[in-house]
Amino acid sequence: MVLGLWRKIRQVGRVAEPAPAPPAAGRVGPAAELAGSVQIRHVDAGSCNGCEVEIGSAFGPVYDAERYGARLVASPRHADVLLVTGPVTRNMQRALRRTYDAVPAPKMVVAVGDCARDCGVFAGAYGVAGAVADVVPVDLDVPGCPPRPEAIVEALRTLTGR
Amino acid sequence: MNLVATGIVGAMAVAVATAVAALLVPRPARSAVVGAGTALCGASGMTAGIAALTGPGWSAALAGLLPLTGVVLTVDTLSGVFLSVIGAVGIAVGIYGIGYARHGLDGRGVQAMEPLFVAAMLLVPAAGAVGTFLACWELMALTSLLLVLAEHSHRAEVASAARWYAVMTHLGFIAILIGLVVLAGHADNDAFPALRVAAKGLSPATAGLVFTLTLVGFASKAGILPLHAWLPRAHPEAPSHVSALMSAAMVTLGVYGIVRVGFDLLGGGARWWWLLVLALGAVSAVYGILQAAISTDLKRLLAYSTTENMGLVLIGVGAGGLFAAAGNMLLAGLALTAALLHVINHAAFKTLLFLAAGSVLHATGRRDLDELGGLRPGMPGTTAAFGLGALAGSALPLGPAFVSEWLLLQALVHGLATGGIATAVTMPIAVATVALTAGLAVATFVKAFGVGFLARPRSEQAAAARESPPSMLAGMAVAGTACVALALAPALVLPAIGAAGGRVFGATDPVSSGLLAVRLQGFAGSLSPLLVAAAVVAATVVFAVLARLVAARHRARVVARLWDCGAGPLSARMEYTATSFAEPLQRVFDNVVRPEHDVDVTHYRESRYLVDEVSYRQRVPDRVEHRLYRPVLAAVQAWGRAGPRLANGSVHLYLGYGFAVVCGALTVLVVTR
Repeated sequence: MVLGLWRKIRQVGRVAEPAPAPPAAGRVGPAAELAGSVQIRHVDAGSCNGCEVEIGSAFGPVYDAERYGARLVASPRHADVLLVTGPVTRNMQRALRRTYDAVPAPKMVVAVGDCARDCGVFAGAYGVAGAVADVVPVDLDVPGCPPRPEAIVEALRTLTGR
Repeated sequence: MNLVATGIVGAMAVAVATAVAALLVPRPARSAVVGAGTALCGASGMTAGIAALTGPGWSAALAGLLPLTGVVLTVDTLSGVFLSVIGAVGIAVGIYGIGYARHGLDGRGVQAMEPLFVAAMLLVPAAGAVGTFLACWELMALTSLLLVLAEHSHRAEVASAARWYAVMTHLGFIAILIGLVVLAGHADNDAFPALRVAAKGLSPATAGLVFTLTLVGFASKAGILPLHAWLPRAHPEAPSHVSALMSAAMVTLGVYGIVRVGFDLLGGGARWWWLLVLALGAVSAVYGILQAAISTDLKRLLAYSTTENMGLVLIGVGAGGLFAAAGNMLLAGLALTAALLHVINHAAFKTLLFLAAGSVLHATGRRDLDELGGLRPGMPGTTAAFGLGALAGSALPLGPAFVSEWLLLQALVHGLATGGIATAVTMPIAVATVALTAGLAVATFVKAFGVGFLARPRSEQAAAARESPPSMLAGMAVAGTACVALALAPALVLPAIGAAGGRVFGATDPVSSGLLAVRLQGFAGSLSPLLVAAAVVAATVVFAVLARLVAARHRARVVARLWDCGAGPLSARMEYTATSFAEPLQRVFDNVVRPEHDVDVTHYRESRYLVDEVSYRQRVPDRVEHRLYRPVLAAVQAWGRAGPRLANGSVHLYLGYGFAVVCGALTVLVVTR
């Protein structure tokens, strides 16, 4: 079984896309303090899970965002950056606020997807409290419905600067 | 009259006077009088014990006091160890009882029994003849039984627990009685010196029979597997200060009996005796601590921990016997010294733990750890006492049990080479047992202290807990001081214990101990509890100062909410409970403890795909009891049911029985003469 695994690894080889050139502008905002190592907590504030699939893909073997210094963590207490998806529903409004409060400073918020930016197709729905920027201060947007993994990786690279 | 005699006689006089006073003094002052009397009785007994350890012994025969045999009292160094332990426990318990007994335990009978129980326990190691020993042993059993029954009018379980205790302790008594009477039958009289002489002429089979019978009786008193069943029943149901007396003082007399009969009266004996003792000890140690680790009843946990510690003591005793049988008296003395030191240490921390558990019970009325927690703000003194006891009981450095288990391990490791294949096979197993037990003990006491006292209260009673009265805190302080003293300066007791342990085998003190270091004689090995403690304290202080300095260089402290996943506030229901803390252990030892799970799923009547209610129950029955006692009890019951058929009320049948027996007896006489 172990041998089979090794064989598979050898056959498949490296599938990661070649790394594009690093962002020219350098790190944005408080990300300069993080020195290229960015711990990310993802919060689903009411998403349709389209963005989640793309985030999963961005951290998968093909786009491999971890090679640029971005890493998903399991608690806001461990995180520098919140990656928020979806319009903020009324049920998640307080939880998002508390999650933001729980992140140690310096902290940043990235709104991923059109819904997170301006509620997208859910704008005006009765269960929606507003866009992410209405609840917590947003530092960076990633447009798209859903955004492509390349776009997410590019946004994260402006935080890590790598 | 030397100091030993004064102490013993003084203790008896004080005990009797206190018991009489308990019957006469009105209720408000009764517990104070009895508490003071019990403490004085204990102090007097402890004085006698220390005097016997440091000076000459004492012996006296009072012919008229007991019919047929008279009373013979003999106190030597071995008795001195146990007299001191019982006396010291008596002091702490007496002081504690002043406050504890005020709540429903200040009836005349219960209060009169307390000093008598201490006195009876003091008499057992002081007894110098079979008749005296058995009488005192029985007196101790009866007084303790009456004390266990103290709360029988409040709870139905008390009566059941007392019945178990009464039956098991008396079956044990019968075994000891037969064993000692067989031995005394070969001697001129029943005094111990005559038995020592007679034991030299016994055939190995008779000596083995005597030893096995007494071992059964003494092991049942010490709570050794498989005769431990009364312990986890009686201890939770007895009043807590009585539990402390029983667990810290009375069970150790089982060890005294094994050492006295095995080493002193029978003079060592065959190797299989001590292999048996060692095996019983090892099994009890592991099984006891395993049951303690998964137990959620605070006092039941402590009761199983007693089984564990007595198991460790018996490992030491058994190893001592093995080494002595192999001819290495110095090593035998070391093993026995470790065992006796553990007896003393166990008495200190188990007294403290039971008294603290009693204080919790007194304040909350709860013993279930899953209903406790959050006691620290309301009961700081009790929390500190239990924390100290938990540290002391878990065989870590800074605790007294560390010193005795270290000595025990040293004896076992050095004993590998003596005694051929038997020790070469058993010693590594024994070492592994001690190590496993020490590890599980840490988990057990972390659970008991962490779940029981820290975090948030899990019930209203725990939230409303208030500190116990000063007399109870003072009793705990006495036991706590003993724990700290034994942990930091074992040199206070080790020279006397070592001399007593060595003398049993006719060897010198196997341990030389100064204030700074405990050194083994004849082997490489030394330990310095004081330096270890100083190093740990210094490291803690340095770390705390460094942390403070580093923290001070950064920004001011930020006050933040506890992270609760963004949902509502954290509640006590989210805490680790004792059950959940023990769950991984229970899973690992699933084959040994065999927990029983019941999951009941109720469906809606409309659709069986929709679940209305799920209920989950888990029980961890004592497996040894389950497998061993059930068949015995069933057999006894069947026998009882068969009895009435023999006695059906017909006079003719009874006359027939008489005739048949007379004929049978005559036939036997004719054939054998």
